[in-house]
Amino acid sequence: MATIDVPEQVSVLADAEALRKACKGWGTDEKAIISVLGHRNAVQRKQIRLAYEDLYQEDLIKRLESELSGDFEKAVYRWILDPADRDAVLANVAIKKLSPDHHVIVEISCTRSPEELLAVRRAYQARYKHSLEEDVAAHTKGDTRKLLVALVSAFRYDGEEINTRVANSEVKILHEAVKDKEFNHEEIIRILSTRSKMQLMATFNRYRDDHGTTITKNLEGDSGDEFLKTLRPTIRCLNDPKKYFEKVLRNSIRRVGTDEDALTRVIVTRAEKDLKDVKELYYKRNSVPLDQAVAKDTTGDYKALLLTLLGKED
Amino acid sequence: MALPVDIEALDKAFSGIGVDEKSLISILTNSNEEHKKSLRKGSSKLFIEDAKGFERSDQFSIKILKHQFKRFRDAVMLSVLHPWERDARLIEKAIRKGPKHYNVIVEMACTRSSDQLLGARKAYHSLFHHSIEEHLVTHIKGRERKLLVALVSAYRFDGPGVNEDVAKSEAQILYEAINNGEKNKLLDHEDAIMILATRSKQHLQALYQHYNQSYDKTLAQDLEGEGILKDTVECLCTPQTYFTRVLEAAVKEDADEESKRALTRVIVTQKEQLVKEGFVPNKIQDILLGLYKDFMLASIASGDIK
Repeated sequence: MATIDVPEQVSVLADAEALRKACKGWGTDEKAIISVLGHRNAVQRKQIRLAYEDLYQEDLIKRLESELSGDFEKAVYRWILDPADRDAVLANVAIKKLSPDHHVIVEISCTRSPEELLAVRRAYQARYKHSLEEDVAAHTKGDTRKLLVALVSAFRYDGEEINTRVANSEVKILHEAVKDKEFNHEEIIRILSTRSKMQLMATFNRYRDDHGTTITKNLEGDSGDEFLKTLRPTIRCLNDPKKYFEKVLRNSIRRVGTDEDALTRVIVTRAEKDLKDVKELYYKRNSVPLDQAVAKDTTGDYKALLLTLLGKED
Repeated sequence: MALPVDIEALDKAFSGIGVDEKSLISILTNSNEEHKKSLRKGSSKLFIEDAKGFERSDQFSIKILKHQFKRFRDAVMLSVLHPWERDARLIEKAIRKGPKHYNVIVEMACTRSSDQLLGARKAYHSLFHHSIEEHLVTHIKGRERKLLVALVSAYRFDGPGVNEDVAKSEAQILYEAINNGEKNKLLDHEDAIMILATRSKQHLQALYQHYNQSYDKTLAQDLEGEGILKDTVECLCTPQTYFTRVLEAAVKEDADEESKRALTRVIVTQKEQLVKEGFVPNKIQDILLGLYKDFMLASIASGDIK
């Protein structure tokens, strides 16, 4: 369930005016920006951008980019974009890093629905004049490349049908791979990138029933090679995305020096999806509410925005 | 007694692609039993003398005839189906039928626009309750699998702005893969597959030019005999060459059923392109027959498409 709190009645014109007011003159009224944008869903945010452009012949995003700075600016920028466009930006940032953030590419390709992933690919092309798979291929190597390209190119069947015979045989393949740590990469990539999500869930459940432990537990530990480091989040995202997001949040806060990129990314991309469930998982796991942990670890307007997106009342 | 001219006409009605329905009507409805008996005796292709004293139909030939009658129906179906469903069904059939048909998968994946290919993938979900890539990996165990999965999964950028330096260096990568490595390992060459499966068509066409300039032969020539690899390059870089080759193969003397079916497929699915390029059906029209011929020729007549 979503965490953001959207009022019943919304006037995008009034919102556009309020944002204009917040940006005019000396200094910026960040609180006003948060109080408007932090309480609008994707459709409304888009309409606000259009209304702003209409009224003031200016791109709201560009305006905000120039007025704001730091982690707050990054968060607002990501929040205000269309979800598909946002994912495209996140993917591009991850790819272009000197040492690409494979797990972000995995996260986007495995936790979005098949149609959402298609929309991301379209948005990516519109923005960067390359296909997503092209850029991933150009910036990665070896079996990791094969896995990532396969994951971003997948258009999984989204039906409920499960074939138990297939699940059984694929559990065997996965277990051999996990057990021997000698990964038959081709087969793993094939299974993880072509099967429907329902089919994969059935396979992972069967794995747990057969081996008494989840497949992700069996993958834990060793940092291992590049492929393994990419394989783990893949299986985690496909197996239990909410648990995966809880872990990312937990790690991003725990670190000496918060990992703002990860924190922003998860909160911004899940606030309209399942952040509420992730919050519950977080509390169960850490005995501390997520809001509290975030408040302790962040400051200023950045903190205020995150808390708003987490559903905290003003 | 049937006149030799009638026997000849009967044979002719079945000796092309399609059947000459009009001719059949006029011959058969005007024949009494005597007449038909001598037609059967005279037709060496369709009837054989049975030991028990009658002209028995040669079932093998009759079966082939079925294909000929079916061509008009197939043309109609291909023509009327939504392109997404049409392409999805063509792919599914090709997967089922095996290696000789993999070029159809390449054709679907590489000659359609990015959005058309996406549409076919969506239709595939609805029709077959699996993704194309799932079926590909389940049914194809051979070395073509990697390339086919990659081609079918592509959502290529479609637009200008090719980086010529990259195109040139990737031409070199392909050259080296073909000429230095073992040619029969090409289907496993990761970089080659990545280039062919992820780059935009504009990029690949530029690459094709660079290859030609740098190495004095075309990439297609260098892939002669390499089956679906050559098909891939042709479909992506020089589709007219590919389609012309397919059409000409269909009307050859020894063309098999699959090649003939390709004629229907290409003309129906590419008709706008063919008309635009001013394709003239000289080489193929003589062998077409009947309603099927009318359908095919009308498809590519350069009248206005409604």
